[in-house]
Amino acid sequence: MSWLHLVILSPFLLALFVPLLYRKFQRIHTGWFVLPLPLVLFIYFTQYISGVSKGETYLHSMKWIPSLGINFDAYVDGLGLLFSLLITGIGTLVILYSIYYLSKTKEALHSFYVYLLLFMGSMLGVVLSDNLMSLYSFWELTSLSSFLLIGYWYKREKSQYGALKSMLITVFGGLSLLAGIVLLYVMTGTFSIREIISNVDVVTSSHLFIPALVLILLGAFTKSAQFPFHIWLPDAMEAPTPVSAYLHSATMVKAGIYLLARLSPVFAISATWFFAISIIGLITLFWGSFSAVKQQDLKGILAFSTISQLGMIMSLIGVGSAAIHYDFLDDNIYLVALTAAVFHLINHATFKGSLFMVVGIVDHETGTRDIRKLGGLMSFMPVTFTIAIIGGFSMAGLPPFNGFLSKEMFFTGMVNVTKMDMYSMQTWGILLPIIAWLGSIFTFVYSMILVFKTFTGKYQPEKLEKKPHEAPVGMLISPVILASLVVIFGFAPNLLESTLIEPTMASIAPSLLAEGKEYQVHIKFWHGFTPELFMTLGVIIFGILLFMTIQKWSKIYTRFPSSLTLNNGYNYGIKGMEKGSTRIMKTLMTGFIRDYLLIIFTFIGILLLMTLFSQNAFAIDLKDTASIGVYEAILAVVMVAATITTLLAKSRLTAIISLGVVGYTLSLFFVLFRAPDLALTQLVIETVSVSLFLLCFYYLPEFRKRKVRVKFQLPNLLVALLVGTTVTLLGISANSTKLFESISHYFIENSYEKAGGENMVNVILVDFRGFDTLFEITVLCIAALAIYGMIRLRLTKEEEE
Amino acid sequence: MEILMSIVAGILFTAAVYLMLSRSLLRIIIGTGLLSHGVHLLILTMGGLKGGSVPLLGEKASSYTDPLPQALILTAIVISFGVTSFFLVLAYRAYQELGTDDMDKLRGDEHDE
Repeated sequence: MSWLHLVILSPFLLALFVPLLYRKFQRIHTGWFVLPLPLVLFIYFTQYISGVSKGETYLHSMKWIPSLGINFDAYVDGLGLLFSLLITGIGTLVILYSIYYLSKTKEALHSFYVYLLLFMGSMLGVVLSDNLMSLYSFWELTSLSSFLLIGYWYKREKSQYGALKSMLITVFGGLSLLAGIVLLYVMTGTFSIREIISNVDVVTSSHLFIPALVLILLGAFTKSAQFPFHIWLPDAMEAPTPVSAYLHSATMVKAGIYLLARLSPVFAISATWFFAISIIGLITLFWGSFSAVKQQDLKGILAFSTISQLGMIMSLIGVGSAAIHYDFLDDNIYLVALTAAVFHLINHATFKGSLFMVVGIVDHETGTRDIRKLGGLMSFMPVTFTIAIIGGFSMAGLPPFNGFLSKEMFFTGMVNVTKMDMYSMQTWGILLPIIAWLGSIFTFVYSMILVFKTFTGKYQPEKLEKKPHEAPVGMLISPVILASLVVIFGFAPNLLESTLIEPTMASIAPSLLAEGKEYQVHIKFWHGFTPELFMTLGVIIFGILLFMTIQKWSKIYTRFPSSLTLNNGYNYGIKGMEKGSTRIMKTLMTGFIRDYLLIIFTFIGILLLMTLFSQNAFAIDLKDTASIGVYEAILAVVMVAATITTLLAKSRLTAIISLGVVGYTLSLFFVLFRAPDLALTQLVIETVSVSLFLLCFYYLPEFRKRKVRVKFQLPNLLVALLVGTTVTLLGISANSTKLFESISHYFIENSYEKAGGENMVNVILVDFRGFDTLFEITVLCIAALAIYGMIRLRLTKEEEE
Repeated sequence: MEILMSIVAGILFTAAVYLMLSRSLLRIIIGTGLLSHGVHLLILTMGGLKGGSVPLLGEKASSYTDPLPQALILTAIVISFGVTSFFLVLAYRAYQELGTDDMDKLRGDEHDE
């Protein structure tokens, strides 16, 4: 247990006390008690920057389940530190914002902050775990706390739907991630990420490599809302806005990206990895930005925009993995994609967080988030408008904000792909920058919609619930800080270069670094007249054109049939599964005992016969059998005749009597086969049984009381014959293959010597195997008591009376 | 002999299963009775039907029949008797309370699902 472990666990510890604080200090907003923790953690993590930027890493082990190789190993390197700073930094701002956003009197604040702290701790655990099992545990905890936060207003049906949907999709991905982790363990024998990376040769040469890769990709894609698993994110917007800002834009959705970046050294060598991530990322980028344009809800726009931006980072990670094939550092043009991914990761967290907060403010101050009702808010909310412009323009990739820089690098990365001399990228690679460019045009359009439809245009006071005015200062602090970061990182990206970006790249692509070398990243505003500059110009020109003419072309969205959307597919899938399982249950579980017996008997018969013949176990051996005597033959005929009479009897009396005949014949068999005790018992018991049958017979109805006669049932007969044949064949085979001598010679020799009795059967019953008898007596006693109870106890009748 | 007895036991099983698949509760109980007869016969057969004296040491014979299957069957007879009688009384009570012995009508309430 080190300080670092305590840091990861501290949110959980604080979460324990939040309800207490909530109850004790009702006058003070609970958020104030929570706020110091992420701030302290943020300051704590900044102390690591100087060491990490020098290439140092920190590892603290803590035993958890050492016998299974599962330990809680906390590990800080560039990638982990970058995410930790994002989590704690934005966490601080979001908690500050939530203090003003959530009402002290109307909301259940204690559960809100408990869930939020739970999420923060588990997210820190995800990014700082070196052991894959502890990473997975925290991973599922983020899914769980996200579920709780989306369903925070649990009385709304939409919240429940959104929470359930995100839970189903992310837990599906989480489980496949677990499977991938287990496969990695099978290959390398360790759960530690560092050790897996050092054994990367074992992994790449294993036949489990591709399955593990696909399973881990599934986990990352579902968490990071990649196509076609992005559908949960727009529905997660039912959560309170601080939650959307924190979880669904800045932190949790980046857990998938974190995972891919973390495992990049293991998988990046593979073409599947390159193609899957780049292509899915680009599809997500395009589809997300294309869908964002048609949204009417501000949070809907931001949700699809998040999807699209995550797709962009994802595709950069994918394209950046090409760098590993080119073994030179100084001139490696593919590294720019990795730099862009890391840089945009930071940028997106800043501007998307501020935009969500802006939307929250608009919602809070006007009572609606519908862009059709909003407009002309500029003069009412100047500060909010400024923040929205900064965030929106940065998202669109306009200078001088940080989004411009990362968008330029994104284009550079995509253009460089066409120069690749592998994966036949010279011919098909040109598609990548084209899709990226198209996606960026739509990004530009929705960013403009977000900013200008809300704040400029006609003011429609009659559609608003409240009279709009500027938000309280406390609510503005956080978005202002984030927006200033957008500007600062835009003008001075070198602040980030050596402190965060370089060490992060060292974590993502360590194999390219020679001993003692470091990455050198320089982000420049002005590249000269490069293709990417013209691409940006094209984005702006076409974006403005599209934005101006949006009324004319937005009809294409209505052309798309709503029955073919992925959401519909999900809903129908869920419904279909429910219907399908109900149908299976209804077919199998009929409620008729005969159907169940038919299944059981058929199964027994077929299983036994198949085993008998597939194992060549069937055998007839006549050598050791006794010869058939006359009496036995006659008795056998009598018994079979009585059995058939029982079967065909039309009156129950005949059936009972012929059953009695079978029983008495059996006792005669016992006589013939020299079993006097059995014959005696069988005689007595058969007599008692028949009397019992006759006793009940008096009360039970006649077979033919029913108008319908007992019908002959062919399937029943077939099943009965199947069972009968099976028993006969098994009997014959078992009798013909005797493997061992009987142990009975012991009883024969010792029943007088040791037990002092001459009747061997009785000696076995009470001496050698006396326990059987004890419990057989118990069975009889229980039966007697149960019969007595059944006859005497009349609870229902008494109740009725 | 063992083969003949196996066939007889098979016939008993066939009849028992056919009866157990019928609708009337009484026929099902008769079926279980036949089934236990078949099982007892099968145990005895599997123990071997070769000659030998009654398993009483007083006989002073050179060989005896196997006493162990006989002890097992004795236990089984008593247990199946206990169960059958319980089952019979259960059927009787069920008929008294519910007014039917038709297994197709003895189903759970649809609303219980």
